[in-house]
Amino acid sequence: MRHTISLLVENEFGVLSRISGLFSGRGFNIESLCVAESLDPTVSTMTIVTTGNDAILEQILKQLNKLINVIKVVDFSEIDYVSREMVLVKVNAEEKTRPEILRMVEIFRGKIVDVSSRSYTIMITGDEAKLKAFISLIKPLGIKELVRTGPIAMARGERMLKIKEKTDIKGGESNG
Amino acid sequence: MKRTGAQIFVESLKAEGIDTIFCYPGGATLNITDALTDISEINQVVVRHEQAAVHAADGYARASGKVGVALVTSGPGATNTVTGIATACMDSIPIVIFSCQVNTMLIGNDAFQEADIVGITRPCTKHSYLVRDVKDLAKIIKEAFHIAASGRPGPVLVDIPKDVSSALADFKYPEKALIRSYQPTYVGHPGQIKKAMRLILHSRRPVLYTGGGVILSNASLELTRFAEALSIPVTNTLMGLGGIPGNHPLFLGMLGMHGTYSANMAITESDLIIAMGARFDDRATGKTDEFAPHAKIIHVDIDPTSISKNIKVDIPIVGDTRNVLIQMLKIVENEKETYRQQHRNVAEWIEKITEWKKNYPLTYQKNSTLKPQYVIERVYELTKGKAIITTEVGQNQMWTAQFFKFLKPRTCLTSGGLGTMGYGFPAAIGAQVAFPRSLVVDIAGDGSIQMNIQELATAVQYNLPVKVVILNNGFLGMVRQWQELFYEKRYTWTPLHSPDFVKVAEAYGAVGLRIENEKEVDKVLKEAFKNKRPTFIDVHVNPEECVYPMVPAGASLKEMLLV
Repeated sequence: MRHTISLLVENEFGVLSRISGLFSGRGFNIESLCVAESLDPTVSTMTIVTTGNDAILEQILKQLNKLINVIKVVDFSEIDYVSREMVLVKVNAEEKTRPEILRMVEIFRGKIVDVSSRSYTIMITGDEAKLKAFISLIKPLGIKELVRTGPIAMARGERMLKIKEKTDIKGGESNG
Repeated sequence: MKRTGAQIFVESLKAEGIDTIFCYPGGATLNITDALTDISEINQVVVRHEQAAVHAADGYARASGKVGVALVTSGPGATNTVTGIATACMDSIPIVIFSCQVNTMLIGNDAFQEADIVGITRPCTKHSYLVRDVKDLAKIIKEAFHIAASGRPGPVLVDIPKDVSSALADFKYPEKALIRSYQPTYVGHPGQIKKAMRLILHSRRPVLYTGGGVILSNASLELTRFAEALSIPVTNTLMGLGGIPGNHPLFLGMLGMHGTYSANMAITESDLIIAMGARFDDRATGKTDEFAPHAKIIHVDIDPTSISKNIKVDIPIVGDTRNVLIQMLKIVENEKETYRQQHRNVAEWIEKITEWKKNYPLTYQKNSTLKPQYVIERVYELTKGKAIITTEVGQNQMWTAQFFKFLKPRTCLTSGGLGTMGYGFPAAIGAQVAFPRSLVVDIAGDGSIQMNIQELATAVQYNLPVKVVILNNGFLGMVRQWQELFYEKRYTWTPLHSPDFVKVAEAYGAVGLRIENEKEVDKVLKEAFKNKRPTFIDVHVNPEECVYPMVPAGASLKEMLLV
């Protein structure tokens, strides 16, 4: 099963390699990983999409928590959340196909962020399903290049990722 | 007054109460080496190979319960520590390794004697630091010792570039390490403990399965009291030996691949396993699907990742083993009447176990050859079980676990998780430094001892009277045993040519003794234990002796090959 996990980590050098090393060393999958500084410059937020059964996910969460630089871990499987990803697509744009591309970009509320004589570079944001739909529709027109960010995620409503709750997760969760 | 990084390092160690380091110098250590000149508060033991520095720090830590410290130079000095660090990491041993590093400006340039040791050791340390600014040095040292010793202990590496050890800064040693992202759980959840106690009360065939966590949290007294209070038989993992006295009537011996018949059968027929500070390692569980098939499982461990990793458990309790045992004992105390009946409930079970112990004791076939098991029995008898024992890895380790009855915690120092040959001798040196007056014996094989034999020089230089009993069978015995049993006796790579260990010892300035038959055993061992010098005892044992019982790899615990 697929899971989206969010982490708060110390914004220090080497933290990313600790996390990626944990996944590779223990044979866990990473489908995507997004990381950047949070509102607090000493903290980075990471969003990881991973796959595995319940036992593997439990280990992933516990092992992440065990890393000294990890402040908080949240698994979105049990939380209502929004998740968004961005994709940049460079497509063939010939005279014939340009109106079709523009229509499609409009329908998907995307943007054309770069134009050349033979190509458009399109930016689309959305959830996975939307990006997938857009990509499959634009594919026949000739995709030259495609780059995705991987999703970032946030809980809906008043729930927030806050610091200092790591012990709660550690003790509470594992104590059932 | 500003101080250099090297001075800050020395002052920090003093403030931390560190009285011993195991070290090896090099270009990058020079600032620190120089700052340690005439610092008599810190005993500085210079080894002959950096791997041994880490094993010695590890042995020091296991024997004393204090944090062990090793200090090495950059590049090869640092990479030589990796096996030692991985050994300590697998067995949760609190040590801090200081590696020196090339100048900050040179890092990443493939400079002379540069190695990315923080990167190399990342998967086998509990945590690691590269000190990039001398202003952070004291704080990092404080954190390193805190992390190494707290929670589930483990090795922490601190990499100090040479320009950092010469740079100037104000020194103030922090009183506390405050790490917002690291707060281990020490006290067990009361609700979970209550649930566990209810299960225990309803069990008829309970077994305590305990590991290194009992030793690390100094819980052996509480464990023994708990087992006695409820008449629960106890089996130990290799790491847990000494957690309950080896001659205690409730003790079943070690479980697992070379565990006793009674321990493995007790696990298999149990209706309740109470795991404490043990992590269900494959050598202990055998085939996991058939581990304790009739039992519910309670698991107490300070590390949540250990819980339900290999075996799904019914009642997890995250906490320090000793704290949890104290919490449990309190419940027993408060409800004395209720718990008293438990003795009757398990009477039949205890009877069954007593029978197993009687009918299938640990044993070996006596014949005209000198048996390694006999040698270990004699070491036990002659030391009255009071020695600190280290082992190497292989048959010597398993026979020691079986035939030496560890009466106290912190007297069995062995590389359990990683299985590091070459561990025992430097670890014995570390233990001897911690306890200069104790008898420290390394039970070795002719293969393992040659992996760190150079440390004879260290033992002689510092007059550390470590005794090394070399069970010399001319083979890499455990691998040979597998070849005998599963590869039709094709002894490829395992026959071993060894030097004359008596002469080697003498060449180093140590004492070398030899035993060739059973009659000489007591006399020579007594002589060795009496002298005050490092001593090798080369014991020529039966070359093709096997360790039994044995559960073949991948089989379930009840499928034991017996003698």
